[in-house]
Amino acid sequence: MNEQHFLWQELVPGGGHWSGIIRRGMTLRLTDIDGGANVSALLYNQEEKLERYNMADTLKSQHTFYLTKGHACHSDMGRIFCCITADTVGWHDTVCGLSDTELIRQKYGVSRYQEHRNNMHRNGLDGMLIELGKWGLGKRDIVANINFFSKVTADKSGELGFHPDNSTAGDYVDLSFEMNTLITLSTAPHPLDPADHYHPGPVNLALFATPPENATECASIAENVRARHNTHRYCLHSVKDHGGEL
Amino acid sequence: MNTQQLTESRLDPATAVVDEICPAGEPWVKEIQAGQTFRIVDLEGNQAVDTLFFNAHHALERYSATDTIRRQNQLYLTTGSRLYSNCGNVMLTIVADTCGRHDTLGGACSAESNTVRYALEKYPMHSCRDNFLHALAHDPLCEQRGMSKRDLPSNINFFMNVPVTENGRLEFDDGISAPGKYVELRAEMDIIVLISNCPQLNNPCNAYNPTPIRLLVWD
Repeated sequence: MNEQHFLWQELVPGGGHWSGIIRRGMTLRLTDIDGGANVSALLYNQEEKLERYNMADTLKSQHTFYLTKGHACHSDMGRIFCCITADTVGWHDTVCGLSDTELIRQKYGVSRYQEHRNNMHRNGLDGMLIELGKWGLGKRDIVANINFFSKVTADKSGELGFHPDNSTAGDYVDLSFEMNTLITLSTAPHPLDPADHYHPGPVNLALFATPPENATECASIAENVRARHNTHRYCLHSVKDHGGEL
Repeated sequence: MNTQQLTESRLDPATAVVDEICPAGEPWVKEIQAGQTFRIVDLEGNQAVDTLFFNAHHALERYSATDTIRRQNQLYLTTGSRLYSNCGNVMLTIVADTCGRHDTLGGACSAESNTVRYALEKYPMHSCRDNFLHALAHDPLCEQRGMSKRDLPSNINFFMNVPVTENGRLEFDDGISAPGKYVELRAEMDIIVLISNCPQLNNPCNAYNPTPIRLLVWD
């Protein structure tokens, strides 16, 4: 997939936040521009935002602790928001949540707008709350999120380890959407990032129509086949909205 | 599992101010005051107890799996583990544990996820989320606080064993619990506890035989 196929592109600076609707049949590519970026993301059904990304259902259904190509992001209603149809990174964190004001202050000190303008320190939780607020959502709607580009492993005793060199400049991940989805994201640092200064990386967003050959990328997992069945059945109710394509 | 981590409690059930049985497959809701101690007993062994905690004065503050995991750099819960809220506050501390490991990742079963995980025909089977929603609709403690499905984040599964391998595989293993094993928590704030005594019959989390649990509270 090259740039001529992109319907739009948008650069989210490091520490920033963004939200938007990505429709069924579209693929959103997240690209780590400089290496070491983090994208905290949550997903909601555009029509009924009570339906949201579910960490436990996503992990249980696919017997995995992390996400990569061939995995799907499951909702709490037995459906699939999106499949990961390309991934040059190989591991995206699912359990470490968001950085917050206190964590960023403790690690990097205070950097306010008054002195630093748009280079001020921002954190994952507040970025997410701002984006959710635009859609009438808030704290109650924040659940365990995905941290794209970040790798955290667990040893036998359950102790976590952050892998700083997981994502390099130009790495990308493609999310091919199966439902009309509200995605809210923050590019603030991963909460376990041990970097001693505040330098979250920028991330490019690019949208393109999902190529037909990618449609079954997640189907090697039987659970995903059943979740796609549920998703298609849901979309039948609004067949006009989807141009009749099922 | 490190069996040396097992910690017994000296509290006597005879002095408990709450001593109740929650039958298999049912919800249970209770208010617990800061400073009180709360025990869950796996009466017959290998029973997953899906549990959520809320600030009794402000249900917007609730147990957060991600805060609990990342603030302690640790996936599993046992004696000494603190349960953090989405506001970064410690809600409860585990003060005794004769099981040794409890799950933070597996979440609750639901009619919908049963269709995905097992078979489309499993939809009518009873599930933890049905229990949670039933409690939210009927229990005065939940009703008074205007709680709904929006207030259901990822829960703890006491007595459930969900090991993660270093290469990122997630397994649902046979339980490491046994009859009479218990976990005991000290409330660090006034909380509402919402439990579903898991009715799942499709995987080994309840040893294919859901059983009752005992709930005790001490002042």
